[in-house]
Amino acid sequence: MDEQKRIKRREFLNKGIRLSIGAGLGVIGVGLITRSASGKAIWQLDPSKCVQCGNCATNCVLQTSAVKCVHVTTMCGYCDLCSGYLRQGAKELNTAAENRLCPTNAIVRTFVEEPYFEYKIVEELCNGCGKCVKNCGSFGNGSLQLQIQQELCLNCNQCAIARACPSQAFSRTDLDTPYLLKGFDELDIGG
Amino acid sequence: MKKGATYFILVLVISLFTLNIYAQRFPAPEFENNHKIPPTQISKAQPAILEYLDIVVFFGVMSLITWVILKKRSRRMVFWISIFSLLYFGFYRKGCICPVGSLQNITMAIFDPHYVIPVTAILFFITPLAFTLLFGRTFCAGVCPLGAIQDLVALRPVSLKPWIRYLLGIIPFIYLGLAVLFAATGTDFIICRYDPFVGFFRHNGTSLMFSIGGILLVTGIFIARPYCRFFCPYGVLLNLVSRVSRRHLTIANGKCINCRLCENSCPFDAIDKPTGLEVKNDNRELVKKLIIYGFITPVLIALTGWTVSRYHGDFAQVNFKVRLAQEVMELKNIESPASLPEEVTAFQSSGTPEEALYKEAQSIIRDFHTGSWIMGGFIGLVLGLTLARLTIYRYRNEYLANKGNCYSCARCIEYCPVKKGD
Repeated sequence: MDEQKRIKRREFLNKGIRLSIGAGLGVIGVGLITRSASGKAIWQLDPSKCVQCGNCATNCVLQTSAVKCVHVTTMCGYCDLCSGYLRQGAKELNTAAENRLCPTNAIVRTFVEEPYFEYKIVEELCNGCGKCVKNCGSFGNGSLQLQIQQELCLNCNQCAIARACPSQAFSRTDLDTPYLLKGFDELDIGG
Repeated sequence: MKKGATYFILVLVISLFTLNIYAQRFPAPEFENNHKIPPTQISKAQPAILEYLDIVVFFGVMSLITWVILKKRSRRMVFWISIFSLLYFGFYRKGCICPVGSLQNITMAIFDPHYVIPVTAILFFITPLAFTLLFGRTFCAGVCPLGAIQDLVALRPVSLKPWIRYLLGIIPFIYLGLAVLFAATGTDFIICRYDPFVGFFRHNGTSLMFSIGGILLVTGIFIARPYCRFFCPYGVLLNLVSRVSRRHLTIANGKCINCRLCENSCPFDAIDKPTGLEVKNDNRELVKKLIIYGFITPVLIALTGWTVSRYHGDFAQVNFKVRLAQEVMELKNIESPASLPEEVTAFQSSGTPEEALYKEAQSIIRDFHTGSWIMGGFIGLVLGLTLARLTIYRYRNEYLANKGNCYSCARCIEYCPVKKGD
């Protein structure tokens, strides 16, 4: 009899705790859902904050970073003397290896017409080091910009590059603004 | 038509250049050979369809495994469901987002009103807890990919001494406390940072990730599910919730006959043995113990709270803003620094006044101070209750699954001869 009483008491207690935990979960769930985002959060970096420190190349959880150089073709000057393509102090203006800036040879230069050249990023080769971005921004139009290529990004809950970014250029954004290319926000760069 | 469009874009670009704050040094050319400007190469963001599918699959697998454990009582089916979860949530969905990590999103959302939390994170956090509240830790049994991968390698499990289990069992509480502290202050998601198996799921990761994961898997051959038992911070919540669960897996499908066949069947030491002789609790003794622990626990709370709060400065060092403020302050005292760190130059060029940074850093450090007091107190409470629990004697005359520690993996069911309501 005494034992039964004790079991009943325990069950009653458990039920009370259970109900309060359930209520707590409900409050958290409803409270947060009212100000949640549908879909998912994705990461992107703001090129206007980016200082091209090179951390993007080394800190991504992927072996080859999901951050790539993006060439905003509408901003490019199509220069012969491209500061993003050629190393500073290059002896000759040609495609010889010793004259190029990109360490992975990820920029392809093709002749268009005198005196213009077109530049293209080979995404598979680009490691997101930002050397070309730095030079293009310093001496050119700034049409080369670092961005997370969303197709490659794994969307980690906490981006490992964001943690290492010295200028805190990374932020969570949503699917409406997957790219934050600077310069021409009004223009549909997507193409 | 296309030519017109190109021309239009060019005109638009040129007009925009005048508005552009970024100096345009070299105007875009007007090609004479009608060369078309190629599109900017950016890949489409992956739509959220997979995330919604995740929720559906997650709900489905949770319901299925709960039904299998409680109604079908089949270890084999639990095993295959865990393989599916490992392949889907682990290797296909790359282990992100998982309920274990989502507790940080929830914490951050509670403390930072500007953080917009995705619905998936909320549902991934709530669903396993709700299921556990009703049916026990069926999530751990075979939905969690981290648990599934460890369950696979648990080939030669050894039984651990209770004192080792109690001692190591405190680690998850500390881990949970730290994770909440760092997420609440918006500093870092340490659970994700030190996720042991996500590197395997992605076939990609740092050597640290692989070495932690590798060590855990090798250890896991002998000490079953080491991460779940001695590290998993979400497991702490599930453990506590599971203790008051409405229903739970039972070893025997009926009355236990004390045949001892299941005694060594649990790789996680989560089966409570019969206590033998029933000892009547001496009420006076109980009251005495109650008074002792009623005194010890608050002292422990105050002590650990104070101890941990001593280190709040070190915890705050993890925060980027705090580090930055310190660097900026230190560099001010040096006449002509040889070279400025990257983050300092980036901060200086951003044009934010130093005072604003100092103020923000100070408020973060204050948060860490309060937070580390609370976290320390929490650990003290855990220590106190762990001690108190050791003295509680509860009479048992049958083999029972420990509702808190049991992962509902259903191994013990196979060993039990009491099959159908005998």
